Amino acid sequence: MNEGTKILIAAVLAVFIGIRAGGSGNASEKTPLKGERFPDIRLAVPEKEAEKSYLGLSGKGTFALSDVKADVLIIEIFSMYCPYCQKEAPLVNQLFETIGKAEDVKNRIKVIGIGAGNTPFEVDVFRTQYAVPFPLFDDQSYDVYKRIGEVRTPYFFVLKLHPDRSNTIVYSKVGTIGDPAQFLAFVRDEAGLK
Amino acid sequence: MERLERMVFFIMLSLFALASVASAASEQFKGLIYDPGKLRPIDSRTHLKVGMKAPDFSLPSLSGERVTLSQFRGKKNVVLTFVPAAWTPVCSDQWPGYNIAKSIFEKHNALLLGITVDNIPTLFAWTREMGGLWFPVLSDFQPHGAVSKKYGVLRSNGTSERALFVIDKKGVIRYMDVHDINKRPPFDALVRELEKLE
Repeated sequence: MNEGTKILIAAVLAVFIGIRAGGSGNASEKTPLKGERFPDIRLAVPEKEAEKSYLGLSGKGTFALSDVKADVLIIEIFSMYCPYCQKEAPLVNQLFETIGKAEDVKNRIKVIGIGAGNTPFEVDVFRTQYAVPFPLFDDQSYDVYKRIGEVRTPYFFVLKLHPDRSNTIVYSKVGTIGDPAQFLAFVRDEAGLK
Repeated sequence: MERLERMVFFIMLSLFALASVASAASEQFKGLIYDPGKLRPIDSRTHLKVGMKAPDFSLPSLSGERVTLSQFRGKKNVVLTFVPAAWTPVCSDQWPGYNIAKSIFEKHNALLLGITVDNIPTLFAWTREMGGLWFPVLSDFQPHGAVSKKYGVLRSNGTSERALFVIDKKGVIRYMDVHDINKRPPFDALVRELEKLE
């Protein structure tokens, strides 16, 4: 058997096994790290006017992160089903409130959450249980989750949004944000918001 | 030959990607979760149907008391949540989700009962890692999987299916979902069924 035949057999086998495994081929990507760019994802424009206005969005359909009116975007990847995220919820709420009280950055730093594998209903359960004051989005089909390398939850990304619609990640870590005031100070530093 | 090796590597990589099942693991459990990989979605066949009387059972619970299904007859709707095994993916996040939905169960006068084939000490350690649960957790360990078998959800390897049964106050099965073991049943579907109960 020559090498070409072997390769052909191997390729056919791969396809065959792939079909049997029922995979969609939607493989997970690598988790973007500090200094890298957060993938271009699209989320559904919130229905609530207050959330739309908070993010500086209008209309319906979907939006890109670069559409968010902010200099810095904090993204929490959470799940209604994650006990750690449940414990973390009050801290993230506090972070949002702390940002809201900081006059110089309250319009420059925005916070959102993305519920990995959660249906809109499940995201709602989480929102209601913890009275989450910032916009939460569902990622029912794990689309976003796969784009960010199937991280453990809670996972936090902090993005510096640039005027040219690109972004740079200044924080990419699993686990607690710790003290919200200290985290905000850290974000200010990392994102160069003085 | 080098080309062939590259091809084999590519195939391995593809298989790995295809085999992976996204389930959003919580950092809570860190490296403690044993991943059995992708399993046969359903490995049993239940004889039970909606409209049938739910088989009665009595099992020891984590709190030390025995819980008998018929004790809730005429008083409460009951939701049984069978999960395959402690310390495995999907299972380890299904119950913590229910843990923040107590008010939804209460609103529909429903009691949630968690059941696995694990023994009490294992269930103790596992649910402790979840931060404790508000609903009774029952051990179907001895005789092994007897209740799971009664409900037709015992798999050939001795674990149970990931299955939900909604039983009304009369003890009648109103909803059942023997779910793909690899996936978490969306909470929406269960709540819709609870809403249908009086």
